[in-house]
Amino acid sequence: MKNINSNKNRPHYINPYFGGVLLGLLVILTVYITGRGLGASGAVKSAVVTTADAIVPIHAHTNPYYSKFISSDKSPMYNWLVFESLGIFFGGLLSGVIFRRVKKIRVERSPKITNKTRLTAALIGGILFGIGSQFGRGCSSGAALSGSATFSFGGVIVMLVLFGTGYAIAGLFKKLWI
Amino acid sequence: MGPLIPNGVITGDWDFVIALLIGIAFGFILEASGFSSSRNIAGVFYGYNFVVLRVFFTAVIVAMTGLLFFDYFGWIELDKIFILPTYLTPMIVGSIIMGFGFLLGGFCPGTSYTAIAIGKLDGIVFTIGLFLGIFLFSETFPLFKDFYYSGFLGNVTLTDVTGIPAAWFAFAFTVIALASFWFTMIIEKHIRKKITEYKF
Repeated sequence: MKNINSNKNRPHYINPYFGGVLLGLLVILTVYITGRGLGASGAVKSAVVTTADAIVPIHAHTNPYYSKFISSDKSPMYNWLVFESLGIFFGGLLSGVIFRRVKKIRVERSPKITNKTRLTAALIGGILFGIGSQFGRGCSSGAALSGSATFSFGGVIVMLVLFGTGYAIAGLFKKLWI
Repeated sequence: MGPLIPNGVITGDWDFVIALLIGIAFGFILEASGFSSSRNIAGVFYGYNFVVLRVFFTAVIVAMTGLLFFDYFGWIELDKIFILPTYLTPMIVGSIIMGFGFLLGGFCPGTSYTAIAIGKLDGIVFTIGLFLGIFLFSETFPLFKDFYYSGFLGNVTLTDVTGIPAAWFAFAFTVIALASFWFTMIIEKHIRKKITEYKF
């Protein structure tokens, strides 16, 4: 347990305000070029729609949600957010290689919980985030960040309620993190 | 002149190349800021690491102010950009559900992709969860359809709703952000003294 707070194994991150300025400039550039902001959950939605359409096409075409995103001429994977999200993966990989954080498959967790607890919580967390992002018309990237940055009323609501809920319920999940 | 693609300055053929490049920049910034680690992200809710607040608020105020200047100089027509529509009640409920997802999972969708990139199994599992969640939502959609479309206010901005000019919001957000940077710096210093289970 000794030296757990030492700087020896401290990961190297860029200054958060510098990161924020870069991210803000990227939002401006993205809006300037495409007329809309960044996103992330939309790519998984495209993957779900594509899977449903490939396995049970009749069901996908009659379901009122899938059918919103199916067109006859091209796959739902042929979508701006799918390519952008592929980019997020490769950009993360590039940064990970540069800052030497790409390592073998591992689980990050609080020392107070087991890997199994962490992975169960991550799975449930993902499921809830997936459901919530559909009602929210986007996640932290599309609704909270890009929505707020373009002065969307709904975007600001998502930002405030998402983080507000986080603070309200943080006490319940403390053991998962510290 | 801008937005370039909607105004036909850049043709649609470049769409996906641009998407990939923008995504790479996005992923790089997220990972380099430390968002590939769920414990860095969750720190914002416990006061031991405010990196999320710093990056997020800085990005919002830079983007808000920048877009207003682009508009002022005539570089972009703000009435041609996409404004996220507001469906008030479902968006509030969705954000509460996402709040629970955030505290349990420690990621949001974009950050989980960067966690996968550096080899985090919890990032992979979170993304599988996203897939399952959206699948569950879609399959049960007929039950929630009316609720999903309820509370529609249109593609409204803060100005449309309140009548207050956008510049005032940008100014207010900037003041709030700067105050929170100072305030959270003090909280973080205080809380870090008491925590030993986390490497800073």
